Amino acid sequence: MSEHIASPKLYIGIFLALMICTAATVWAAYINLGQYNIVIALAIATLKATLVVLFFMHAKYSPGRTQLVIFCAVFWLGIMLALTLSDYTTRHELTQQQAQPAALVARRVAP
Amino acid sequence: MHRTGELYGQFETLEQQKDTATLGMWVFLVTEVLFFGGMFMTYTINRHAYSAAFGVGGNTLDLKLGGGNTVVLIMSSLTMAMAVWSAQVGKKQLITLFLILTLLLGGVFLGVKAIEYKQKYDHHLIPGQSFDITFCSNHPAPCGISAEDAAKEKTEIAEAFEKDPNLNSHAQLYFSLYFGMTGLHALHMIIGAGLLLWLIKEAVAKRFGPGYNTPVDITGLYWHFVDIVWIYLFPLLYLIDRHN
Amino acid sequence: MSTNAQTISPHTMPETDYLNASYGIKSWLLTTDHKRIALLYLFSVTFFFFVGGIFATMIRIHLLTPGGYLVTPETYNKLFTMHGVAMIFFFLIPSIPAVLGNFLIPIMIGAKDLAFPKLNLLSWYIYLIGGGFVLYSFSTGGLDTGWTFYTPLSSVYSNSAVTAAVIGIFINGFSSILTGLNFVVTIHTMRAPGMTWFRLPLFVWSHYATSLIFILGTPVIAITLLLVALERVFHLGFFNPALGGDPILFQHLFWFYSHPAVYIMILPAMGVISEIIPTFARRPIFGYSFIAGSSIAIAVIGFLVWAHHMFLTGESLYAAIAFSLMSYLVAIPSAVKVFNWTSTLYKGSIALDTPMLYAMGFIGLFLIGGLTGLFLACLGLDIHLHDTYFVIAHFHYIMVGGAVMGYLGGLHFWWPKISGRMYPEFLARAAAIILFIGFNLTFFPQFLLGYMGMPRRYHSYPPELQVLNVMSTAGASILALGYLLPIIYLVWSYKYGRVAGPNPWPATGLEWKTQSPPLTENFDVTPVVDWEPYDFEHRPDLALEPGVGGLLPAHGDD
Repeated sequence: MSEHIASPKLYIGIFLALMICTAATVWAAYINLGQYNIVIALAIATLKATLVVLFFMHAKYSPGRTQLVIFCAVFWLGIMLALTLSDYTTRHELTQQQAQPAALVARRVAP
Repeated sequence: MHRTGELYGQFETLEQQKDTATLGMWVFLVTEVLFFGGMFMTYTINRHAYSAAFGVGGNTLDLKLGGGNTVVLIMSSLTMAMAVWSAQVGKKQLITLFLILTLLLGGVFLGVKAIEYKQKYDHHLIPGQSFDITFCSNHPAPCGISAEDAAKEKTEIAEAFEKDPNLNSHAQLYFSLYFGMTGLHALHMIIGAGLLLWLIKEAVAKRFGPGYNTPVDITGLYWHFVDIVWIYLFPLLYLIDRHN
Repeated sequence: MSTNAQTISPHTMPETDYLNASYGIKSWLLTTDHKRIALLYLFSVTFFFFVGGIFATMIRIHLLTPGGYLVTPETYNKLFTMHGVAMIFFFLIPSIPAVLGNFLIPIMIGAKDLAFPKLNLLSWYIYLIGGGFVLYSFSTGGLDTGWTFYTPLSSVYSNSAVTAAVIGIFINGFSSILTGLNFVVTIHTMRAPGMTWFRLPLFVWSHYATSLIFILGTPVIAITLLLVALERVFHLGFFNPALGGDPILFQHLFWFYSHPAVYIMILPAMGVISEIIPTFARRPIFGYSFIAGSSIAIAVIGFLVWAHHMFLTGESLYAAIAFSLMSYLVAIPSAVKVFNWTSTLYKGSIALDTPMLYAMGFIGLFLIGGLTGLFLACLGLDIHLHDTYFVIAHFHYIMVGGAVMGYLGGLHFWWPKISGRMYPEFLARAAAIILFIGFNLTFFPQFLLGYMGMPRRYHSYPPELQVLNVMSTAGASILALGYLLPIIYLVWSYKYGRVAGPNPWPATGLEWKTQSPPLTENFDVTPVVDWEPYDFEHRPDLALEPGVGGLLPAHGDD
């Protein structure tokens, strides 16, 4: 494995980008965007994480195997979140159909 | 004991040994992603169910301390990356310097975290019998906030109580997750600090250079991963409902 | 008998091997040799197998009568819980990977050891510490939550020693994680020259798939049980509805690991069967790449189906249909394997030695276990069968009929490699047949009981169900004999068995190219692989010795 050596200039550039992102996420949090606040916060966090993985952790210069390992981590985390939420987000349909006592279901229906 | 780039018995070449160690650390980080993932899942479901309580809970955190800590931790990632770079190009003095800087920044982070925990204890925000989300708005003096801010907080909490009568109970869930997630993160920082101490000892003995820097490299991977966890924790815990 | 056996064998024991390379208790407890660590695991999992077995025996004796007079209802709850915890977390999950996988993977790929030998030893110690916590829990009040630890029973209401048990399983999880990590990295980076991915033995492929589940699933159960422990100790509310928490969330997190964990138990057994079948049919395995690929497919699809354990928790029809369909999908790669094994037998010269008997038993029992799994994946039928003995019978067909049969088959198949000596063939065949009969007698009646509506985890049942329960208990006693026999004759053969020589079957894998038992470094020189897997035709070194194979007692003794 021939080693790729990134330059300190690049690292400092990435650091500055991360600082800007941090400022942006705090700034965005103070604007009322309704449910898009969380979307923007997570989008910025993911951008920051991607920068760290690609450059600080050298994933951009790593063999495909390492990139596959990273993909697996993200993919399986996605499976856990998506399939669990697929149950939670559809539960209200059932409760509407069966018209269970409201007290039993109110907690999960609240948006 | 294993010293400077010695070949372990089970390997054929040094290159294979480095390759193996790096892959091992990456696979370990995958397990860490899923480990933290369970907590993030718990967070997601609860935040969705109790958004009012989570908003109020998040607003009790000190944004200056949290934001400052974010800067400190990202800076420590930069110094860690620079330590790896110094090892790759063989600047042996710089390796030690950057490793010590990383350790110091990590120490600052943990110190600030301890201050925040102490604050939560003083504000009656530890989940349990004495938990009281209204404590600071009712007792501004011991919390060190102005009467004006306390009044503001009081209306905010009153509004939240209207949306969620069990606010006090559900805010405890927020703080259980806050302490669980930041505590687990801090534990990883402490383990990272231990690894850094060992690396510094080895670096002072000038063991690392272009030919042998695997320990610095893979400790760097671990340290950056811990940084990434915080990158997500910061908006999820501190920035839930700042716009109100 | 033994001297006679030794004179018949043309082979002699090697002068040095991994067993006699060094002596003393320290040379075992501080070893980093994967083969010695495998033996340490062999003793520990056997211990837990008997701990779990004792609980199972008491359950079956208790259920002889409808009223169940042997133990109190509370004790009965503890018995089935402790049976499940000991068997699943401390026997089934580590059994094949940590014993046979540990022993064989480095040899099969031509390496001197695993990638991280010290980590491997650490895994064993972590297993022991976790096991210690669980035994402490068993002996100080026991455990009555069911092996599933459903909240809030486990986190709030149970008065048994839950905290110690969940901490023990949490710790034990890291043993699995480290073993899986070690295997994946080893298979990636330690292969000998010429050992390409598609020349890997299918045993190695199945362990690669298993390790994926170890790595991707185990951390989730670890954090979940940690949260349960925190909830119990500090009275937090993550999963406690009284405090706003959500027990359904616990079930999701629990089954995200624990359903794939079923594949942790069965995949390595499938790997064992894929090695045994071509050896005793003397034919290359049919559809190598399909069997390899189906292992990975089972590991991946296995992660998409967990909520089929939760059909009755108020899941929406939409989600339930999705999870039901994905559960059916798992049947495809499983069936691919069964079809390929049977196709391998076609026109083969089949020898029914003991490992082959276990392999045949495996295919039949796995087929029944797998097909009844489809019953349970079916939404309408599951409402009737959920939480009945049908479920118990189904997963015992997979875990005992599948995983344990595979484990014993593998243990016999590689026993000559592990010990350097043959087990007594006649006794071993007898034990395999006794096990098969005892197993079916124990668990087939449970399908009927479940279908008739007998719920699981109840300490009593209506009198009309007694006949089937008595049959099941009678079967269990035959089964127990089948488990005791191998212990006795394997220990005997370790000292007095006929010397096996490097390749007694003969089989094609790299592990049969080195002496039995192998050297500490496995090979004198790093082997170079220039043959395809399971190729009997182009391997003159595998010509049959006269009298080997076939139905007659082939191996000299008895």
